Formats: sequence, C-alpha cells, structure tokens
Amino acid sequence: MRMKRHWTKLAIVVACLAAIVAGAVTGPVLAGPPQPARGKGEKCVAPTDWMRRYHMQALKHQRDETVHEGIRTPRFSLKHCFECHQVAGADGRPVSVADPKHFCRTCHDYAAVRVDCFECHASRPGEEPIRTGSTTDNPPAAAASGDVAALNRYLGDAKR
Amino acid sequence: MARITFQRLDDHSPYFWGLLALHAMVIAIGLGAFFYMEHHGHIVTGMNNAIVWGTPHVFAVFLIVAASGALNVASISSVFNNLAYKPFARLSGILAISLLVGGLMVLVLDLGRPERLTVAMTTYNFKSIFAWNIYLYTGFLVIVAAYLFTMMDRTLAKSGKATKFMGWFAFAWRLALTTGTGSIFGFLVAREAYDSAIMAPLFIAASFLYGLAFTVLVLLTMCRETRQQLMSEEVVAKFLNLIIIFALAVLYFTTVKHLTALYASEHHGVEAFILRDGGIYTLAFWLGHVLIGNVIPIVIAAFLSGDGKFFTGRRGLAIASVLALIGGLSFMYVTIIGGQAYPLDLLPGMKVESSYLDGQVASYTPSLPEVLLGLAGVSIAMLATGVALKVMPFLPRGLEADG
Amino acid sequence: MSMKFVFPEEDDGVAARGGGTQGAIAVAAAMPPADVVAVDPVDAGRRWFLKAAAVFTTTVLAPGVTLMAFGDIDAANARPADQPVSSAQRWGLLIDAAKCQEGCSACVTACGVENGIAAPKHAATDSQWIRTLKVTDPRNGATFQMPIMCQHCTEPPCVDVCPTGASFRRADGIVLVDRHICIGCRYCMMACPYKARSFVHEPLHDQKPYAPRGKGCVEGCSMCVHRVDAGGTPACVEACAKTGHAAMIFGDLYDKNSEIARRVATYRTTRVRADLGTDPGVYYQNI
Repeated sequence: MRMKRHWTKLAIVVACLAAIVAGAVTGPVLAGPPQPARGKGEKCVAPTDWMRRYHMQALKHQRDETVHEGIRTPRFSLKHCFECHQVAGADGRPVSVADPKHFCRTCHDYAAVRVDCFECHASRPGEEPIRTGSTTDNPPAAAASGDVAALNRYLGDAKR
Repeated sequence: MARITFQRLDDHSPYFWGLLALHAMVIAIGLGAFFYMEHHGHIVTGMNNAIVWGTPHVFAVFLIVAASGALNVASISSVFNNLAYKPFARLSGILAISLLVGGLMVLVLDLGRPERLTVAMTTYNFKSIFAWNIYLYTGFLVIVAAYLFTMMDRTLAKSGKATKFMGWFAFAWRLALTTGTGSIFGFLVAREAYDSAIMAPLFIAASFLYGLAFTVLVLLTMCRETRQQLMSEEVVAKFLNLIIIFALAVLYFTTVKHLTALYASEHHGVEAFILRDGGIYTLAFWLGHVLIGNVIPIVIAAFLSGDGKFFTGRRGLAIASVLALIGGLSFMYVTIIGGQAYPLDLLPGMKVESSYLDGQVASYTPSLPEVLLGLAGVSIAMLATGVALKVMPFLPRGLEADG
Repeated sequence: MSMKFVFPEEDDGVAARGGGTQGAIAVAAAMPPADVVAVDPVDAGRRWFLKAAAVFTTTVLAPGVTLMAFGDIDAANARPADQPVSSAQRWGLLIDAAKCQEGCSACVTACGVENGIAAPKHAATDSQWIRTLKVTDPRNGATFQMPIMCQHCTEPPCVDVCPTGASFRRADGIVLVDRHICIGCRYCMMACPYKARSFVHEPLHDQKPYAPRGKGCVEGCSMCVHRVDAGGTPACVEACAKTGHAAMIFGDLYDKNSEIARRVATYRTTRVRADLGTDPGVYYQNI
C-alpha cells in the first residue's frame, strides 16, 4: 500500500517536470532563433559575434566615460547605435522600444532578458524637438531644430 | 540568586497565532502598496519635490532608532554589569535585529529605484553619511547576532568573557549607528531645522526611550502568553525609572536644541514655524512629542505607577511605553516632514515665490500606500520577533512559573 | 581696397565665450594696409576709424547675433570627442537680474523644450530644472525677477551626501546625476540649499536622445552638458539672448579672456547663499 502511494506521487512530480522542461525546450525551437533587422551601412562598429556577447560591457564602459569624463566617441554610444539600427514602422518612422520590431527587442524578447535602458534613454534616433501638447507660449525659433541638426551632423562626422 | 533559564515560546494562546497572522497580512498589504508605488512611480504618494521624504521615512527612521535603543537592556547587563537585566538580554538582542530589519525594509522599498539595492551595496561615496550607515546597519545585524551567539552558546556563555567583549563592541557600534542616523539630518546645512550637532545626541536619547518602550511591550505581551512572571516587581520598578530618565533626556536635548535656535534671529522663522505657526507640525511637536511622548509617561512612571498607586507597576509601564512610542512617531514626523516643509531661505531678508513653490510652506498629506508600507515595517519587526521567540530560547523562564 | 572685417559665421568659432579676443583680432584685421595710409593719411585715417569702429561694434554684437541666428552649436570649437574634460576649465553662468524682465520665462521654456521636460502642470511633483524667482523686498515692496537653477558648486552638498556617488561634479565644473547608479533615495534633494534637484515621479516617454531621464531617479540642470560638449551654450542662455534681454552669459570662468570672467572681475557680482561656502558657479548681478 505505502509503496503504491509513493509511486503515484513520484509519477505526478515527474510528469510536471517533464511538462515544464518540454515547454521550455520546444518554445524556442518552435519560435526559431531571433532575426534582428539588418542595420544600415556595411558593417557594425565591431564584429557581430563580439557585439552579441559584449555589447553590454561596451555600453557600460562607454557610459561611464561619457557621463563622468565627457568622452563622446560615437563608436559605442547608445544614441549612435540607432543611426544604423533603426527599424522603420508602418508610418516609415523608426519604431520605439514599445514595438516588438525594435532592434533590441528582437533578441532580448527571445532571450527573456529585460532591457531597462529605455526607461530613461530614447530608443530611436533624435528628430525635430517633439512639442508635447502642454508646452510653450513662446515656441522656440528655428534655431532649435538647427541645434539638433548640428548635433546630428557633429555625430555623423565623428570618426568610427 | 536563582540561575536564569531560558525557554522557547511553546505554550501560548491561539491569540498569538492570530497576532502573527495579522502581522503577516499587514506585511502582504504593505508589499502590495510597495508594488503599486514602484510601478506607478511616486506620483501615487503624497511625497513631492518639496517633501521628498514622507511617511515611510518617518516609520523607517523610527524603527531604526528604536532598534539601536532596544539593545540597551542587553548592554546594561553586559557593559554596566547590572545583573537584574541579564534575563532580558537575549530578547533585547533579537528585538534590536528585528526592528532594524523592519526599518531597513521600509527604507529600501521606498527608494526610487529599489532594484538598484545591489548598486547601493557595492558603490560607495564615503563622504556620505548614508554610505557609512549602510555599513553601520548591516554591521549591527552581524555584531548583534554574534553577541547573541556568545550569550546562547553554552561554552562561550560560561566564561562570560566573549559576552563582555561583544557586549562592549555592540554598545559602541550601536552608539555609532544612532549618531549616524541623527547625522543624516544633522549634516544638512541647507535645512534650518537640521544643521545642528545636537541631532546626534538627541537621537541617541530618543533611541533609549523608544527601544526600551518596545522591549517592555514585547515582554509584557510575552508575560501574558507564557502566563509567567517574566519580570519581577523589582525589575518593573527599574524599567519605570529608566523611562523617567530616558524621557527626561529627550526633553533636555529637545529644549537645548530649540532654545539655542531661538537665540539666533536667523532661526526665528523656522522656530516660529515648528513651535507656533506650523499647524499639524506644531501640534505633533507639543501634543505628540512633548506631552504624550515624554511628559505624560514621566508623570505616569513617577507618580501613578506601583503599589498603592493609580496603576499597577505593569499597567503603568505598558501605558507609558505605548505613549512613548506615539511620541516617537510624532517626533519623527515633526523632524523629518516639518523640517522639509519650511521653505529654503534663498535670499535672506527677501520674500521669494516661484513656479517651483519656493518661499512657501510645502504641503504634504500622507497617502495610503505610504502608511501601509510604514506599518508593514513595524509588522515585519514584530513577526520576525514572534517567530524568533518560538524558534529559539530567547525568553527567560519566569521565576514563578504558573504550574 | 576692401577692408575685410570678420563677420562671425557658425564655423568661425566666435561664440559667446570668445567674444573678447575675437573682437581684438577683428579690429587688428581691419587695420588699413600700409599703402592706403600713405596715399591720403587724414581721409584714410578717418575711413579706417569708422570702419574699425564698425568692425568693433559688429564683433561685439556678433555673438548675440550668432546666438540668435545660428543657435551657437559650434563643432569647430568643441573639445575633441575622445578627450576627457579637464579641470582647467570651469563652466559658469553670469546672470544680470536687472536685465531679467518680470513675467518673461523664455529660459524656462527653452530648458523644457531642449531637455524634453513638459511644462509643469503639477507644480509640486513636476520636474523643474530652472525657474524664475519673483523676489520682493518686504520693507518697500520692490520686486525683481531672476532665474535660478543648479548652481554647479565646487563644494556641492548634493555630491557630499549621495551614498552611491551618482551625484557628482565633473572636472570642468558641471554637477550632474549619473542616472545609471542613482538609487532614487532623494538625499541630494534634502541637501541642496537651492532646491535645484527634482525627482521623477512618473514613467516618462519620448525622452530626447541627448537628455536621458527616467522615473525613480533624481535630476537637475545639467548646464546643457550635451550642448557644452559640442561647443555650444545652454538653451536658457541662448533663449534669453533671443528675447533681446541677454540677461544670461555662459562661459569658462577660468579663462581670463572670456567675457564671463572679465565681467565677474569687473562688476560687483554675488552668488546665492554664498555664506554656505558651496562656491557656486552661477554669478548674479543686481540681486
């Protein structure tokens, strides 16, 4: 009698485990490996395999240099990534991280690694200063967009 | 003198389970409040850019200050060799740990980015008293745990040398911790209500009072639960005396702080605010902190408790302790929130106003999520204590066991 | 014989910072060549004087014009991208409250647009990096207005109290929050005597790529560090110049030839709560 009860419990546990493992294994197999959109330009700032493994370390190193020392080399600048790695949405404009087509999300959703950079960082390239409905009695003059354009030029001109 | 023996809390009423369940529920609700605040941002709380620290901090600092004071009873026995308090040393130690854990939880859960706790524990700016406090708080937990070990391990407890050493170490550390907590405010030159060296000793005096109050209340509850006389009449009288002394110390430092500030015309604005014009803050100061928190407990302990008096010793002790804790929360409210409500003096002698609410008294209403989180901290401390008492022999065995 | 005087262009490096030296150079460049002087000394001299005066005036006014017309992002004058900031420079502001027009909020608006901060609807919880203070003398009712923002102190109390070191002072004097390590404890907000810092109380969207900001972190005026690193001036300074009030000047306090350094050395300036010993980098006139 006791033996039978033990075997039943064991069978239930094994069945549950099997179901979980099967789900974990077949999910990715069914979905297939992620296909991130091809970026603009010939190649990325570093070899793809290297980037896949080390992009976070590169970004973290860059962010300390940029924030604390004002070093703004574009190679591993997050803002600069999106110059090439932008994905156009239905309206032709680059999508933000809210859209699953976003470049970072393609792999990160698959690997289930949360990206919280974009709680603070913009997830697409800069454009005309967006005037949210609540702003301004004195709309800034065209010089404001000139600033953005100048910045973009500066960034584009910088060496890779 | 009879040998002191210790017991686990095995034999207790079903109400004790109910109490533990209640605390567990308060904690669950508090965690829910935390998730709500963390998800939506602090916009859902009453805190704003003028009052940046609110009800959670009132509870957290209160618990932390009480935690360092709760170690007192153990310190008196180990450091000052007063053997009458020795039976309560273990309880005092575990209560200190629980209260500190409760306070820290509330503090951490109120952070703007609590997921960065690991950053806070690995990246330090040692000019900040906050950074030192992280070490002081975690070190306190380790040291008190070691102290408890020296008291509870048979071999170590026998010689008593290890206990004495750890007792001194823990006492010194606890003073540093409370000084560090008071200095969080005392080091701020920007705020007129703080910027004073007296914040540290004021907090130390307050810690004595609130820690003792918590210890006494837990002991009295345990007397009920074990149906034993855990405290002799002599000890009850001693505790009543301690309440008088500690409350007098708090009143002394409060008086010196405000008298000194009143002497400087520079500070007349903030003093008038706290002492007269501050609405809820003035009320919390005079009624909560001074009267309920200190004067009435002194009166009860000195004149109204004991044989033949209005209250029995134990009842007077219980009432005085509860009032002292209410006073403690009031004191924290006035200090932390009242100190922020008073506007910064950007251009002395001039009146300022702006779209950022410069120059005016900031308004603050405690919101429900904040209060729930604060209460959860108290419940964490109480639940931890309750569970600890059941699991290990922290409670002394009553000298007159009831059958 | 055409006199070449230097009309500053966007690429020419004549920004608000360099007005002084560039003016001198322009005048020198406008000196008449020797042969002209030999032919008709008196007339040539008069002509030269008028043109030199025109050059001088234009050059002095030119920075303002440049600011207005070109937004003053000056790639040529920027520090190279791979070069770290140095303590040889100290960025600062000089604000003349007498020129600040009561009721004007151009600097506030510009800061909001530049950094992606919505105009405050809820004054208690919305971020304000810069605001205008309306100051009243209680003895006689006289009023004036002045903008106030992070004072970028040398001894910032906010940097002292930050437990993780997220609040820090860059070598060139700009005080910033490293939002990667900010845990949102708000101790810096308690410590700042100028109420310079704001806490982000809600999730944010559509941040500017060059001004990341997010929920749960503390923030404050960055002196438009993204502009400064590109050789430009903060948005508030630029906006004030555009309105014509020109109450704000930005520049390198350690550069003796910069306009701001010369003015601070010439005119009586003061700093808010200088008694606290924080050594702010924002100087005020007429407060």
